[in-house]
Amino acid sequence: MRVCALVVRIWRQFLHDKRTLMLMLVAPILILTLVSLVFNGNTYKPKIGTVDVPAMVTQRLAQEDVSLVSYSSTNSALEALKTQTIDAYISWQDGRPAVVLEGSDPSKNKAILLDLQQMAEASSPGPTGIQPKITYLYGSAKMSSFDNFGPVLIGFFAFFFVFLVAGISFLKERTTGTLQRLVATPIRRWEIVAGYVAGFGLFTTIQAILIAWFCVDILGMMMNGRLINLLLITLLLSITALTLGTFLSSFANSEFQMMQFIPLVIVPQVFFSGLFNIDTMAVWLRWLSKIMPLYYGADAMRNVMIRGKGFTDIVMDLAVLLAFSLVFMVLNVLTLRKYRHV
Amino acid sequence: MFGKGSREEGWGIQVSHVDRKFGKRLVLQDIDFEVKPAEIFGLLGPSGSGKTTLVKLMAGIDRPTSGTVVVGGVQMPRLDMLGKIGYMAQSDALYAELTAKENLDFFASLFGLRGRGRRRRIEEVMELVHLTDSMKKRVSTYSGGMKRRLSLAIAMLHRPRILILDEPTVGIDPALRVSIWNELRDMSQSGTTILVTTHVMDEAEKCHRLGMLRDGRLIAVGTPGELKASTNVTTIEEAFLAFGGVRG
Repeated sequence: MRVCALVVRIWRQFLHDKRTLMLMLVAPILILTLVSLVFNGNTYKPKIGTVDVPAMVTQRLAQEDVSLVSYSSTNSALEALKTQTIDAYISWQDGRPAVVLEGSDPSKNKAILLDLQQMAEASSPGPTGIQPKITYLYGSAKMSSFDNFGPVLIGFFAFFFVFLVAGISFLKERTTGTLQRLVATPIRRWEIVAGYVAGFGLFTTIQAILIAWFCVDILGMMMNGRLINLLLITLLLSITALTLGTFLSSFANSEFQMMQFIPLVIVPQVFFSGLFNIDTMAVWLRWLSKIMPLYYGADAMRNVMIRGKGFTDIVMDLAVLLAFSLVFMVLNVLTLRKYRHV
Repeated sequence: MFGKGSREEGWGIQVSHVDRKFGKRLVLQDIDFEVKPAEIFGLLGPSGSGKTTLVKLMAGIDRPTSGTVVVGGVQMPRLDMLGKIGYMAQSDALYAELTAKENLDFFASLFGLRGRGRRRRIEEVMELVHLTDSMKKRVSTYSGGMKRRLSLAIAMLHRPRILILDEPTVGIDPALRVSIWNELRDMSQSGTTILVTTHVMDEAEKCHRLGMLRDGRLIAVGTPGELKASTNVTTIEEAFLAFGGVRG
């Protein structure tokens, strides 16, 4: 009987906490849906550029599962490669194909090499087959998957921990009543938000330096760009996480409810941040990645760490992150109205 | 600087026809009274009667649904008035992971106190609440009474012209309660207007004037003597019941 009473009580508690209830039901469905969409995507169809390739070879290539684009010169093909409109290009040098791969994603590299191999075997059955000469624009044959998704993980950890820690500490401010006391002083609402951003910003800079140092020097992650750019990305990413965390914390009443934002806010971002190949997803899903801060952070991270790009190449990503932060800051200031009307 | 009052005159509070609704729930209904300059005004009422809601309106952190609250000649809420009001909420609202000194430093700097003056004032208020020896201890190691006292010290830190205390003496031992009340009386004599809420009836006797709050309505206002006399009873508790009975 006592067990029954306990069961009834727990059920009632759930029914009174609609949010926890919804989370238990909706979040697993959401995540499973995302996972299935991500892993059931079509196999990647490499985009290969061709420069002066004999018609016979082009016809043969077209039979593989690739999309071909013809370029007039190696220069224009290289340009396309740099902007990532194609994944590799083939030109003809000394009577044999020369392949240049974009190279920053090992799984794409493998897909292209496999296609070329099949083509080579099919076109000349003898051992004198056309052996392509292969070079990489970025990355190398030795590049591991970790080098590829490592930068994303750095961004992810910066984002995740700041989100949680800042969110919970702001929540505690509310639940212990110190926020009430804070708003009874002449402090302005934006000052509270700015104080949080500055305080945590300083802390996360230290955190970013530590993570970057550990990944590059200890774990030997590929690092071709400048450290200062990496730190800049991490800082902006954490400010976005901080402002989002503190904003969302005003919709949570306990630490536990704050945790409930993880599957809703953090997990989807992981799927769309480039850990998995976004190009194989449905188009409308790809569009989702555009509203996720981690997508921009990860893109900039990869550009700096793998492709060794400089500030001018990541400035767009940084601007988007900054815009996200500003929007969340304004929302923070507005929600603080709940606690003081001036 | 702000408003019309000066230190000698003290500041009053005028609450005129105030309603406060949360959604459809009417928490305060047509509240109308005045706190005179430099008096100790007690708000008496059971929990849930709307005391804290009323106090927040006067502290300038909430806005009435209708009616006006005027403090020191200025209609609330106004940001620049917050530096002139000391507000101690019902919860202790302290950063438990910090020391008492660090808490005081934080709030003192929010009120713009700095340098030598700040250090002196912090020592003064801590002496007042008998916490000088525990200044460097973490608040998490404090007892309930100590936290309450520290909370009070913070509210008095910036020498506010109006001190609003929500249940100030809960969990404080009788000897200290007496010394806190003596301090409040001293402050009122030097011109500070003090508003306290309480549900302890014997404490209500110590106020100059009282407002009795029940179910969001102000059922009586007057000196403790007047309230007892008009209902023909000998204690405040009986007076409260009598006023409540009339309306209820």
